[in-house]
Amino acid sequence: MKENLWKWIGGMLIIYSIIAGLLIEVPDLPVIHESIRNLFYHVCMWFAMIVIMGISFVNSLSFLRTFDLRYDTMAAEAARTGLLFGFLGIFTGMIWAKFTWGDFWVKDPQLNGAAVTILIYVAYLVLRSSMDEEQKRARISAVYAVFAFVLLIVFIGVLPRMSEGSIHPGKDGSPGLGVNGLDSTMRLVFYPAIAGWIVTGVLIWKIRVRLSRLKERVAELQD
Amino acid sequence: MLWNEVISLIRKDIRLELRQRWALNGILLYVFSTVFVTYLAFSGRIDAGPWNALFWIIMLFASVNAASKSFVQENNARQLMYYFLVSPQAVILSKILYNLLLMMVLGLMCYGVFVLFMGSWVVNQALFVVALLLGSSGFAGILTMVAAIAGRSGNNFALMAVLSFPLVLPLLLTLMKVSAAALTPVAFWSHAGNLLVLVLLNALVVVLGWVLFPYLWRD
Repeated sequence: MKENLWKWIGGMLIIYSIIAGLLIEVPDLPVIHESIRNLFYHVCMWFAMIVIMGISFVNSLSFLRTFDLRYDTMAAEAARTGLLFGFLGIFTGMIWAKFTWGDFWVKDPQLNGAAVTILIYVAYLVLRSSMDEEQKRARISAVYAVFAFVLLIVFIGVLPRMSEGSIHPGKDGSPGLGVNGLDSTMRLVFYPAIAGWIVTGVLIWKIRVRLSRLKERVAELQD
Repeated sequence: MLWNEVISLIRKDIRLELRQRWALNGILLYVFSTVFVTYLAFSGRIDAGPWNALFWIIMLFASVNAASKSFVQENNARQLMYYFLVSPQAVILSKILYNLLLMMVLGLMCYGVFVLFMGSWVVNQALFVVALLLGSSGFAGILTMVAAIAGRSGNNFALMAVLSFPLVLPLLLTLMKVSAAALTPVAFWSHAGNLLVLVLLNALVVVLGWVLFPYLWRD
C-alpha cells in the first residue's frame, strides 16, 4: 500500500511536469528560447542520479561497517539505476547543447563531470564483474565505490566553481538550483519535476534490488 | 611504532628496487620510448598547447604503468606475513610514500627527456616544477590505492587503467591548468588557489587510503 502511494506520487509528479512543462509560459531568453523547457527534463536527471549514487555510497559504507551482503546488492543496484539516469542526462543534454551551442559536446567542467561520473560507475561494474567470490567482490567494490564517490564529489562539487569561462549555466552557487534566470512559474514545474524523478528513481532502484534478490533465491533453489 | 614500521617497509621496497632494477629501468625505457614516438610523430617542435597536453598524457600513462606493480611483487604468502607483523596503515602509508618517491623521480625524468626531444615551452620553471611534484604525489596516492584494489581483484593490468583514469581526472585537469599557466609569463602566486587544490587533493587521498585500506587487507 505504502509502496503504491509512492508510485502514484512519483508518476503523477512526472506526468504533471511533462504536461505543464510543455504548456506553461516561459521567459523568452536569448539563445535558448523555447528550448529552456528542457530544463524540466534534463536537469532532473542529474538530481536523480546524484541522489541514487548517494544511496549507493551510503550502502557501500554500511557494507564496510557490517559486512552484510544485502547492502552490497543495494549498492550495486543503485549504481546501475544511477547509470541509467546518467545516460538519460547525457542524451537530453546533448540534444540541448546541439540546439543552443551548436555542438553535441562542448568543453565544459560540468559536462566533464557527467562523463567522469559515468566512467567511474561503469568501471565499478567492470570491477564487480571481474570477481566471482561474493564476500571478496562486495568488499573490494565497496572500497572502490567509497574512494571514487568522495573524489567524484570533489570533482563535480568543488572544481567547476574554481574554473572560469564555463558556458554552462548554474555555475554560481549550487549547480541547477541557480536563482538567476529561473522565474517563479518555471519553479512551479521544475521543483515538482525534480521530486518526481527522484521518487521514481528510488522506486526503480527498489524494484531492481527485489529482482536481484529473487534471482539469487532462484539460483539457490536450483542448486 | 607506526613510523618504525613504515620506514622499515619503505627501506625494504627501495632495497628490492635497487636489487632488481628491472622495474626502474623499465619505467625509464617506457618514458624514453613514448617520448621518442611522440617526437617522431610530431617531427620535432610543437606548440605550447599540444606540448602541455602530450606531456601530461605521457606522465599519466607512465605513472599508471609504474604504479600497477606496487602490490604485484608481494605474493599471498608474504602478504600473510605482513598481516601478522605490521598494521595495514603502515603498509598503505609505506606504499604511498615509496610510490611518491618513485613518481617524483619519474616526473622529473619525464620532464627532462621530454624537453630534450620536444623542446621547452616552460617560462615559469618554479611553477611548473612545483605543479609536477604535487602532481606526482597526487598520482602516487590515487594510483597506489587503485593498484591495491586492482591487485586484490586478481586481474591487475586489465583493470588498473579503467579504474584509475576517471579518478585521476580531477587532479589531471587542475595540473594541466597550472602547467599551461606556467608556459606563459605569470607570477608564481597567481595560481595559489589551484596549488592549494592540489595539496588538499593529496591530503584527501592519503586520508581515504588510510581509512579504506584495512578493508582491502582482510581476507
